[in-house]
Amino acid sequence: MTDKPVEEMSFEEAIKELESLVGRLEHGEVALDESIRLYERGAALKKRCEAKLKEAEEKVAQITMNESGQATGTKPFDA
Amino acid sequence: MDLLEDTGTGGNAPEFSVSEISGAVKGTIERSFGFIRVRGEIGRVSRPSSGHIYFDLKDDRAVLAAVSWKGQATKLQVRPEEGMEVIATGKLTTFPGQSKYQMIVEDIAPAGAGALMAMLEKRKAALAAEGLFDSARKRPLPYLPGVIGVVTSPSGAVIRDILHRLRDRFPRQVLVWPVAVQGEACASQVANAIRGFNALEPGGAIPRPDLIIVARGGGSIEDLWGFNEEIVVRAAAGSRIPLISAVGHETDTTLIDYAADRRAPTPTAAAELAVPVRLELIAQIQNFGARLSRAGTAAVTLRGQRLRDLARALPSADSLLSGPAQRLDSAWLRLGSALKGRTGDARVRLAQAGGAMQPRVLRQGLEERARRVGLAGEAMARGEARLLRDRGRDLREATARLAPRRLVERLDRPRDHLAALDARLRAVAKAGVTAEARRVAAVGRMLEGLGYERTLQRGYAVVRAGDAVVTTVAAAEKAAMLEIQFADGRMNVGGKAIKKAGKSDEPEQGNLF
Repeated sequence: MTDKPVEEMSFEEAIKELESLVGRLEHGEVALDESIRLYERGAALKKRCEAKLKEAEEKVAQITMNESGQATGTKPFDA
Repeated sequence: MDLLEDTGTGGNAPEFSVSEISGAVKGTIERSFGFIRVRGEIGRVSRPSSGHIYFDLKDDRAVLAAVSWKGQATKLQVRPEEGMEVIATGKLTTFPGQSKYQMIVEDIAPAGAGALMAMLEKRKAALAAEGLFDSARKRPLPYLPGVIGVVTSPSGAVIRDILHRLRDRFPRQVLVWPVAVQGEACASQVANAIRGFNALEPGGAIPRPDLIIVARGGGSIEDLWGFNEEIVVRAAAGSRIPLISAVGHETDTTLIDYAADRRAPTPTAAAELAVPVRLELIAQIQNFGARLSRAGTAAVTLRGQRLRDLARALPSADSLLSGPAQRLDSAWLRLGSALKGRTGDARVRLAQAGGAMQPRVLRQGLEERARRVGLAGEAMARGEARLLRDRGRDLREATARLAPRRLVERLDRPRDHLAALDARLRAVAKAGVTAEARRVAAVGRMLEGLGYERTLQRGYAVVRAGDAVVTTVAAAEKAAMLEIQFADGRMNVGGKAIKKAGKSDEPEQGNLF
């Protein structure tokens, strides 16, 4: 288990740790204190994953360039 | 005369200036070859900064200079490269300043797919040899990219397909970098776009993509040619952002596919590689959540159950404490009387001890000790004088005993002893030798007694045939001559005669039976 704060985790990191944590907890071979800690961290990871899954807004923009082909900004994209 | 005659002979022909004749040639050529297609191999290519492209078209016998003007050069389907077999389309013209003619090229097409494929294979091998396609270079795609950069044409089905599929799976932020997806400009624009996305600063005004998709719909090999260009391959291989290529249909393979971290058969498939399905992830997270609660609750309830089980097995507090409590009570009861008894005892002993503590007793002790000290002092003084006297006498006696005569005596005694030992040694040696001689004689006699010679004196004889002792009749019969040894000497007997005498005896004995 990493000690990385849950708030800084990517979705992938959070879901991976959540999965392994649930597995350990289900195995039932952790001390009570530890299982309570795991449960709390698991709940935080689940919240983090759900938050990441909620960030599912489609935003499409087109790059604008100067004459030498360098990106200068974006403009709305209409396909 | 000659000069006049010369002018005279040519007199009918019109006279051109150089410019006039050059102009006339130019006109003739441009009219006659206003639209031509020329097949040949591209020779030397030069691209000065003016933007025009100069190159040679050649076959095994001739060379034709060719030029593609700047405006036209960017629209060429195929960038001219040395060694390429092409069909060039355009017109002939002249360059009067240098008395030259050349072809103005408007378009170049590869001369047949075979030539193009051969060139592609060559280029692929060269880039592979550089390691640009090594699997070790490939980067893993991010699991859930926040921003996806798409390099493609902003109009057309491709970007719509990608956006549509992303929306279905997991809507994301998408940045479209518009490029020409065919023609001369295609390769440089695509390469620029890949480099441009990589150049964006993380956290800058334009979000830096976590993933790049380079996409184009299907087309002919010529249409897709830009994605075979070296600059595109190098840009894709050098991209630090993971890159998916999705160029053409499933069966089309361009060189960017080898340099990309993943190749998608179609633009839609690229979108599927790019993001997971959000609804599936939501279900997965909910599943984890449920398992987490179950396992967390189980951890507590199982332990609660175990605690209750253990509690039942614990003996009651009363039964654990009753024994000690009883011991406490009895100890308490005994404490009062024991204390009383102990103080009584102590008081008696104190009274006894106090009785003996009187000044007279102490003084007696002191006087007695003083007397013993005095006695010991006197004895010590006497002892010291006697010791001195004794040691003096010892010394005098020892000095008297120290005389040379005694040393000589001590030397003489060992000398006598040595002489005696020597005499004894000689006597013993002599006696030893005599004794050994006697033992030898005795053993000799013993030997004679044990030997067969003595037996001969008692009437036995030894029969020999030559050197061998004869012990059987059979052996005697075989011998030509027998030697018989008696106690006083040896004699020879003719073997046969004796044998006969033996035989004549035998029948008589046989008759007895």
